[in-house]
Amino acid sequence: MDENQLAGYADKNQLPPPSERIPAIRWLKQNLFSSWFNAILTIVSTALIMTIVFGLLRWALEARWEVIPANLKLLLVGTYPVEYLWRVWAVVYLVAFLLGFSSGAHGGLMRRVSTTAALVSVVLAVLPFPWGTRGWLLGIAVAAAAGFGLGYLGKGIRWCKRLEIASWILSFPISLIFLNGVGGILPVIKGRTMWGFMLNLIGAVVGIGLSFPVGVLLALGRRSKLRAIRLVCTAYIEIIRGVPLISLLFMASIMLQLLLPASVRPDLLIRAMLTITAFSAAYMAENVRGGLQAIPQGQYEAAYAVGLNKALTTILIILPQALRIVIPAIVGQFIALFMDTTLFGFIAILELLNITRSIMGNLEWRGTIFELYVFIGVVFWILCYSMSYVSRRIEKTLGVGER
Amino acid sequence: MSNKVSSSHSVPFWRDVRVLRVIGQVLFLVIIAAGILWLLNNLQVNLRACGLRISFNFLKNTAGFPISEGLRYNPTDVHGYAFWVGIVNTIRISLIGIVLTTIIGTVVGIARLSSNWLVKKLAGLYVEVVRNIPLLVQLFFWYFAVMLTALPMVKNSIGLPGSIYLTRRGVYLPWITPAESFGTWAWYIIGGLVVAIAVYVFRRIQLKRAERPGFPIIWAGTILILILGAGWFLTPGNPLALTIPVLKRFNFEGGLWLSTSFTSLLVGLSVYTGAFIAEIVRAGILAVSRGQTEAARAVGLKKAHVLRLVVLPQALRVIIPPLASQYLNLTKNSSLAILIGYYDLMNVGTTIFNQTGRAVEMILLIMASYLTMSLLTSLLMNYYNRRMKLVER
Amino acid sequence: MINNEGIIIYRDVHKWYGDFHVLRGITFTMQKGEVVVICGPSGSGKSTCIRTINRLEEHQRGEIIVDGIELTNDLRNIEAIRREVGIVFQQFNLFPHLTALQNVSLAPFWVLKMRKSKAEEVAMKLLERVGIPEQAQKYPAQLSGGQQQRVAIARALAMTPKIMLFDEPTSALDPEMIKEVLDVMKNLARSGMTMIVVTHEMGFAREVADRIIFFDYGQLVEENTPEEFFHNPKHDRTKLFLSQILDY
Repeated sequence: MDENQLAGYADKNQLPPPSERIPAIRWLKQNLFSSWFNAILTIVSTALIMTIVFGLLRWALEARWEVIPANLKLLLVGTYPVEYLWRVWAVVYLVAFLLGFSSGAHGGLMRRVSTTAALVSVVLAVLPFPWGTRGWLLGIAVAAAAGFGLGYLGKGIRWCKRLEIASWILSFPISLIFLNGVGGILPVIKGRTMWGFMLNLIGAVVGIGLSFPVGVLLALGRRSKLRAIRLVCTAYIEIIRGVPLISLLFMASIMLQLLLPASVRPDLLIRAMLTITAFSAAYMAENVRGGLQAIPQGQYEAAYAVGLNKALTTILIILPQALRIVIPAIVGQFIALFMDTTLFGFIAILELLNITRSIMGNLEWRGTIFELYVFIGVVFWILCYSMSYVSRRIEKTLGVGER
Repeated sequence: MSNKVSSSHSVPFWRDVRVLRVIGQVLFLVIIAAGILWLLNNLQVNLRACGLRISFNFLKNTAGFPISEGLRYNPTDVHGYAFWVGIVNTIRISLIGIVLTTIIGTVVGIARLSSNWLVKKLAGLYVEVVRNIPLLVQLFFWYFAVMLTALPMVKNSIGLPGSIYLTRRGVYLPWITPAESFGTWAWYIIGGLVVAIAVYVFRRIQLKRAERPGFPIIWAGTILILILGAGWFLTPGNPLALTIPVLKRFNFEGGLWLSTSFTSLLVGLSVYTGAFIAEIVRAGILAVSRGQTEAARAVGLKKAHVLRLVVLPQALRVIIPPLASQYLNLTKNSSLAILIGYYDLMNVGTTIFNQTGRAVEMILLIMASYLTMSLLTSLLMNYYNRRMKLVER
Repeated sequence: MINNEGIIIYRDVHKWYGDFHVLRGITFTMQKGEVVVICGPSGSGKSTCIRTINRLEEHQRGEIIVDGIELTNDLRNIEAIRREVGIVFQQFNLFPHLTALQNVSLAPFWVLKMRKSKAEEVAMKLLERVGIPEQAQKYPAQLSGGQQQRVAIARALAMTPKIMLFDEPTSALDPEMIKEVLDVMKNLARSGMTMIVVTHEMGFAREVADRIIFFDYGQLVEENTPEEFFHNPKHDRTKLFLSQILDY
């Protein structure tokens, strides 16, 4: 029997699924008024929603929203000098370009993410920002489109994938150097502890990026057969996870310089970054360990049996599989870390939350506390929610992918 | 031909797996130890430069700063005691927060599985909103925006049914305080507990001997309530007094006062952690498949017994480990108290540091306090997990 | 080292899992080009026994000599033996993140340091040999159990081993796929490969094996030619086992 015959046989007995459309009244009855208890719940929650929505609406209409546009630059990039703002835009363009490139080369989820980013920038450009800002915003879409085109063209080429990974990795140090400046080439920008929301983003990205290799090593160490290595790694992970981040920041602000020789005096921001890396590494290690535990013993045995040594087995066989499993967990950790960067305010770094104090201290903007906190909440919510949405999608695609 | 093979005696040590393992570990330890020694040496040099020596003697000096809530405390008390007040305050906010957040989380978690569409969506909205906004933003919102801005002054306080008053100075609640005759009644409490425990143990053994099912806790509970009730009537005067907050000239008097910081911290932590607990509860309930419930019903157990004997134990096994880590998170997050002025151990610790300049000592004390709490929790969890594993087999 | 006493020599090999004595003094010798089938009830230590040959399990007493190299704690000896011994597992253990071709070419590229094109050429030839060259670019999850096991055989052969171990290679397969795997193994046996096969496929044993070894309670109970083993077993324990597996 050939394949077509088989397929025909399978098709013959297949029926279409029953229609699942329900009339509106029946839907209401099933979902909202199925019993008297449910009816009461429905009425109570409707009342609750109404109160909240109307309360919010009334407040939102009276609120002095002008505080946000008037201070937008301060909130987002803090004291970053206006004449150098193009550097920030350049970094944004670089990321948009790389996103576009990846989506052109892979499609799927990446494509949707970059399309959304481009669309958002276009929509923002329609809003009544100053004309200059609108132009910059449109540039994001252009950069993403350019990246997309190049990525699409380079799709089949072998070195293209390597180039893509390399440029993603390199984009982090390049962006940081670009924002900060290098002596002699780009003027160094002073007061980098006062860059507003940009510091939250930098903190989270640096924290995750640097903690990744450390976390992987710690996870491997914790699963090592060598007792001394396992003990030290476990102790580090558990101690860090046992204390709050704020106590580590406190330590970084007052004790770190005591532990280093007098000639080394890292500034506050560096110390904050080191702390968040050390903190994040312990959690990263636990996530990676979860992935390592999911790899069956047979994979190690098969690798040893074909003659791979321990290092090669780990690098070629175990880590690629384990890390793929933990991508969603790492995205989750990134979100948590991103939110934790608001604690930088505790050691006098002016990130988004802390910089609002300077606005509230301004007589002109007295009493705009609600507006500012709601703005911060909304900014974080949109970014965190969309990231967790993407991570959930990744989780779904991982389930059916190559595994 | 000869059958001579390379035997184990001739293995050079750099190729012997066992020797390599030992060398690897020793090398690793030496590097770690060298790193730590280097840091400690730097510390010593730096401290000597400031003319300091590590010593905990400063804990015996007078603190001199006020702490507005918690244990009875005077600025004339010593630093060590002040720190202890901070620890107790951390434990206080954590325990009350854990109770509150468990209630919120359970209700929302069940609501997320409700057959009512609106309730389900509302619960989902709560979880998604709360989880994706930084805790500190939420705490600031409760403290600066709600408590200190939106709430009225004491004179125009918002009264809720049951004599609860919300004001800018905090929340006032009716509270029960022991009266003069409490001492007499206390004997009934002790006696009641002893009898109840005795009954519980006795009944338990009896049931086991008879090999019959039953719930001895109901017996014990009933007896305890009976004894306490009898004691209440036999004691002259009321052993407990209800005090209700009453507005006097400048402030409320009587009742229980929850400070602004405490209230915002409590609400913020509970609401935030509750969203995570809701997800845990939901996953736990979903993990007990419908088949289990049906099987139990088919055996003929009553509905209440199904819940008590089949669903709950299995759901709890899924729920409790992540729940414990959320409780620990809440405790650790309570350290944000320092940013909204509640005197927890972090806050008192930094205040002592500011007064004495004892950085190393205070950091050690703070870290050790949190680590002790974490360690106790994980010991408890290990014990629980081991017991659960035994049950599984 | 040249050695005409046997390509695999076991002398009084013991192993314990904690208190449990899995291997209780195994002694046997195998010649080059021989095909030996090991059978026995589950838990009798037969899998453990063949896994000690390439140090997936460590033996605690006795001697194992493979092609003149004694298996000791010497890292170089372990590596050398692993290069000479290929193993095929019950659960295939293919690398799920690599294609069939990459699974096979991985070790030649990284361990034998072949050029990439050369390694892939070798891998492709082996996939042809096991009859699935058209599946080269697929991932393990896209292959049937039988195809996966054939890739696993090709992967083991890629290191040009002198000895091939098969640890219940057909136990995890659906019945209709067992034959395709056994056919590959038969061809391999005919080509003169030294093979140890742990299996319950008695038809295969009868047809291909030079010798059959029966294991029980961590001991080597009987060692016989297939003819004798099936028709005239020496040991009562063997008779019981054969009656249990052949009678239905």
